[in-house]
Formats: sequence, C-alpha cells, structure tokens
Amino acid sequence: MKKIEIDAKGIHYTPLNEMIREAVRDGAEEIVLNNVIGQRFIADGLKGDVTITINGVAGGDLGMFMNGPTCIVNGNCDHAPGNTMDMGTIIVHGSTGDAAAHSMRGGKLFVENNIGYRGGIHMKQYEEEHRPVLVVGGTAHAFLGEYMAGGLILVLGIGKEEPIVDRGIGSGIHGGMIIVRGEVEDEILGIGARKTDFGEEELEMITPYVEEFCEHFGKDPSGLLNMNYTCIVPASTRPFAGKYTWE
Amino acid sequence: MSLGSVPLKYKVSIDREQCMHCMRCIDNCSYGVFHREDDRIIIDSRKCTACHHCISMCPRDAITLKERPVDYRSHPLWTAEAREDIINQARSGKIILSGMGNAKPYPVIFDRLVLDACQVTNPSIDPLREPMELRTYLGKKPSRLEINKKDNGDVELLTKLTPNLKLDTPIMIGHMSYGAISLNAQLSLAKAVEKTGTFMGTGEGGLHEAIYPYQKNMIVQVASGRFGVDINYLERGAAIEIKIGQGAKPGIGGHLPGEKVCQDVSCTRMIPLGSDAISPAPHHDIYSIEDLAQLVRSLKEATEWKKPVFVKIAAVHNAAAIAAGIARSSADAVVIDGFRGGSGATPKVFRDNVGIPIEAAVASVDQKLKDQGIRNKISVIASGGIRNSADIAKSIALGADAVYIGTGALIAMGCRVCGQCYRGMCPWGIATQRPDLVERLDPEVESEHVANLIRSWTLELSELMGAAGINSIESLRSNRSRLRGYMLDEGTLDVLQVKPVGA
Repeated sequence: MKKIEIDAKGIHYTPLNEMIREAVRDGAEEIVLNNVIGQRFIADGLKGDVTITINGVAGGDLGMFMNGPTCIVNGNCDHAPGNTMDMGTIIVHGSTGDAAAHSMRGGKLFVENNIGYRGGIHMKQYEEEHRPVLVVGGTAHAFLGEYMAGGLILVLGIGKEEPIVDRGIGSGIHGGMIIVRGEVEDEILGIGARKTDFGEEELEMITPYVEEFCEHFGKDPSGLLNMNYTCIVPASTRPFAGKYTWE
Repeated sequence: MSLGSVPLKYKVSIDREQCMHCMRCIDNCSYGVFHREDDRIIIDSRKCTACHHCISMCPRDAITLKERPVDYRSHPLWTAEAREDIINQARSGKIILSGMGNAKPYPVIFDRLVLDACQVTNPSIDPLREPMELRTYLGKKPSRLEINKKDNGDVELLTKLTPNLKLDTPIMIGHMSYGAISLNAQLSLAKAVEKTGTFMGTGEGGLHEAIYPYQKNMIVQVASGRFGVDINYLERGAAIEIKIGQGAKPGIGGHLPGEKVCQDVSCTRMIPLGSDAISPAPHHDIYSIEDLAQLVRSLKEATEWKKPVFVKIAAVHNAAAIAAGIARSSADAVVIDGFRGGSGATPKVFRDNVGIPIEAAVASVDQKLKDQGIRNKISVIASGGIRNSADIAKSIALGADAVYIGTGALIAMGCRVCGQCYRGMCPWGIATQRPDLVERLDPEVESEHVANLIRSWTLELSELMGAAGINSIESLRSNRSRLRGYMLDEGTLDVLQVKPVGA
C-alpha cells in the first residue's frame, strides 16, 4: 500500500489539492495531511479509492462532489462536509459547522459529536447505490433535514438528555427519513414532517450504520441498538402538488 | 350559486367548404379540441390553447382561430384577464401557474432605442467585402499583460491567462432543462450550437447521454436542487453556470412535478422515478456574497481551474451591486436575466410583476463595473426577451458581451408561445415528455431551423455593425454613443447612459 504524507502547513488549498490529485494519480492508497488548518475544498471532486487522513481542522466543503475516497478528519470540520457528494465516506472525529451533507446524493458522513444548522439539507437519493447516510453522534441544530428528498439521517444524541432541542426538523421534507434517538417533541417538527413508529424493520435498517459509527469512534453499540428511537418522515411526497391552478 | 363558465378564450372554427375530412386536426391536437362523430369533426373550443399545431398542419387552410370571441363590458382597469383570474382563484384558492415570459404590456425599452449609422464623415463598411469580427471571448481578461521579448524577436507571454469560452457569434442559447423541454428539443438546440460555433445551457436537469457528443458546446448548470450534478457532469461541460435566479421568477425556486419525472428524466437528474424535483429558492450553501465566492471556487477547484464559471442572476433592482460582488469572486461571467425571460412554469404574479427589464439591468451592471474599474474581470451576458438581431445589437451597445436566447430558439422549432408549457402536452414536441409528441420533433430538421436563426441574426448583426462603421464586436460593446433614446424619459436615459434622439 502506497502511503504519502503531506505537511499542509501554510499551503493554500489549490496547491494542496493539486498535491493530493498528483498523489492519487501516482497510485497512493493512503494520504496523510498534517497541520491542516482550515484549508477548504479538500478532496473536492476527487475520484478513486484512496483514504485521506486529515490531521487538524478541515475547512469548508470537505469532500464536495467527491466520488469514492474516504476522508478521516482528526479534528473538527467547517461547514458543509460532503456537499453534493456522490460516493465515499467522511469520518469526523469532532464536530462540523452548518449544512453538513448538503445535497449529498450518496456515500456516508459520520460525525462523532455535533453538527450545526441545516444538517442534511436537500439530501437526495437515486437508485440503490446512491442513498446517502448522515450519522451524528451528538446533536444537531435547527432545520435538520430541511427539504430532504432522500437518504437517511440518524442522530444518536449520545450523552444528551434530549437528543435535539432546536426547531424545524425536516421542514419541507419530501423524501428519505430522519431517525432520532429518544423522544422528539411535536413542536420542533418542521412544516411537512411527521413522526412515525420506529419498528423492527427500522432497527434492522439502522443497525449496520450504528455499528459502523461505533467502530469508527471506538464506542459500544449495545446501548444504542434498541427501540428507543423516533422516526420522522415526509407528511407528503408531493408538498407542492395542489398549490397551483392553471392560468 | 355557481360562478358558471367564463367566456371562451379562443374560438376555433372550420370552413366546412374547404375541409376535406382528412382528420389531421384530430391527430394533431394533443389538447383534444377536435373529435369525430360519424363523418363530422366536432370542435371543443374551450380546450384550445392557440398553439396553432392544427392550423399549421391543415392541408386546406380550413381552420380559423379567434381570440376572445366574447366581449366583456370594456373597462380600462377591470380587464377580462383581471376578472377571469379572480374567478379562477375564487374557485381554487390557489396560486396561478403560467408559462413563457412576462405577458404584461410594459413599454419595451429596446423599441425606444435606435441605432446609429455612418453618413459621409466616416465610411460605413460592407460586410460582404470586409472582414467582420464577431468572435467573442467570454471570461476574465487580464488588466495588463506581462511579456518577455526574446533575442530572436519572439514574444513570450508571462501573464497567466484564465480560461475563456470562444464563440463564433455573440448569440448563445440559454438554459432550458431536460425535463422542462424534451430530449429531442435539447438535441436540436445542441446540434444547432455545434453547427454555429456557439454554446447552450443544460438547465438544471443534468446531461442526458444523447447530449454527450455535444458536450464541448454545453454550459452545465448548477442550481439549488443540484439535480444531475456530479463530478463527471462538471467535467463534461465547456463551462459551468451557477443559477441564482431566473428572470421569469426572481426570488423563488422551481419544481418539476413528479408526473414529468419519467425514466429518462429520473436518471439524468439522478432522482427517483415520479418524485417531485424541488429546487429551493436559495442555494443553502450560499447565504452571502462571500458564500457565493466559495461556491464558485468549489466548482473551480473540482475542475482544476480549467473551466469558466458563470453566475446567473435575475435582473432585480440592485442587480448592479450584486454583479459587482460577483465580479470580485472568481466567477468569469455574470448572466443577467431580464423580467421578460421565459419559463416553463412560473407563478403568474411573479412572471408579470417581479424584476426589471434587461435593457436597464445590463446598462447599469456595465456602468457599475466600469465605475469600479473591474469590467475586465467579468463578462456580461444579457438574456430575457431578446427577439431579433436589433435587440442583440442594442444589448451589446448597452454593455453586454453576448446574449442568451431562449424563446426565440423555441419559436424556430415550432413553438407559438401559447404559454401552456407546464401542462406537458406541447403538441410541437418541445415542452413535453409524451413519447408520441416528442417524436414529432425531428432534431435533424429543427437543429437546422435553429442554426438558420442564429446565422440570420449573425448576418444582420454584421450588417448593422458595418453600417455603423464598426468592424469588430468589441468596438460595439458598451458603445452607448451609437444609441439614441426615442421617447424615453430622462430617468431611464440617465440609467442607460444614452442621449435622446437629436442630441
């Protein structure tokens, strides 16, 4: 396995991404970026089967349009990791800013702690292989899963008494599913979202993601695999149907 | 009590003497105006949209159509339209959906601008004999060039140039998505731009495989729904356009109803079959001009800074300030879409009331960029209601680098601007996904029609330039001294920076 280390200290994101692309072209399977301090667009539009370890804080739009690679962030992330991502995995050993998994069409984003506002906004899915998954260990701010059109958002609320307290969960949701551990008050649901029962089928569906989450972050899944979840789904798959009349 | 029916919008009649009972009208009307009872063709005028497909296909010119055959009591304020909209909404309680561009009779500034021509003092140029330079480069231009003169006389360019799009004519075709229009319609436009050395937009509908052979002439769009957007799509495009707004509906998003999301549209947009494709009003990663700069750079970064990135905004009151902000990002061109811009489906209240005319918007954007000394940092593309080569010449003289046409290109393929695009039953095979209707549109034939239109307008443009003694499109750009305003008010003349006729 070809491993390459890059010291990102003082390097602008454009040359840094050029170095990453060149390493991938040279057949690197593992790239370690040290001293990352807010460089944006890491692995933007990157294709291939490579694991990038980011030591430091990743800037905005980590893994945007990414198709295939794995990014492991040992630190926090700025906004929108996984923006419009197609395939691949992002694992954040920390928290992220707003709009995590924005418009994500495929792949997985695991966040150990918390995400900001509008997490999973406009996530969408397409056929079997394009079903995005966002797993959050801690909690999320307002408008989680806004305009969501597909995929899965799972909020585990580890260490929280109430998993989510911010309002607007799933406002405008017209596809996909949001699953939150514990109870979710009706008042914090967004317009167009409704709660449904969490059953055996849903537990079976989330189990591999919970296990994968625990594997990444060295946690014990046993306390997380039970029926103590709330499912949030679209009230309608056609929120705009019936809004218009013809001229 | 019932509100009853409103009077017919159109009255269709058949000259029974002329009619030869070929029944073509029945086959041609997708709205079901005609049907057969025994040997007689029965007409249901209420279903008519004035799309003219029956009229255009009638071998005997036997069909006539009259608009508003029933009079209301005339009233300057309470027009028939105002009354009927109220009746419609009293019945439905809904937003009125409309198609095509602004349908209110606002004065057209283009029609109150006249172009200049040479007489005596400097000679006009005959484009038949003299070369006319219509080639247009879209993208950033350096403010100065650093060169190194070599001993052998060669010159080496030291300044790093940013990628530009090279157009053989300043006429491009604007973004109309696959989904809003049919694949055959998109294919016709794609073949036409390839033939004429120009570009067209994909709209926010992804890029269908059938269009791949024309990808070097395609500008791929990234809008708030991010439909069909992945790295391969971005890499295929000759340029990338971020859609912020649309002239027909500034400030709101769009949605493609699930009924129109068929198998092919589903895979091109990368969404499930039959699901609504909702583009939210804003991009949710852009809440400020700085965020826009970041989205521009994310697209540049994804495509290794090899492609120009355009930003399209609707022409609104403060378009000039917004464009100045866009010019300071890494964007290469700003598209200004005026309030007459077309649309397949738009709430009527937006189509008819929101935004400003392209003429004023493009002039103020150009002026603002010049005042700030950043005009070279960005190209300006004007769109929205451009009907002929004179509108193009005037747009360029007001400060545009190039124009997008939309409705004009559709009319070249048969569209009669009936404005029912949102119903998906377009009998011309343009704004529909119904296979039997799409089949009517032959991309080989229609691409030639669209290419002819671009060629005609390009020829006329060179004639207009020649008459004005201008042999390069660059000398026409922002050359307001070659325009005069006729019956325009002082305020508008001031915005346009154009003198009145005779001055």
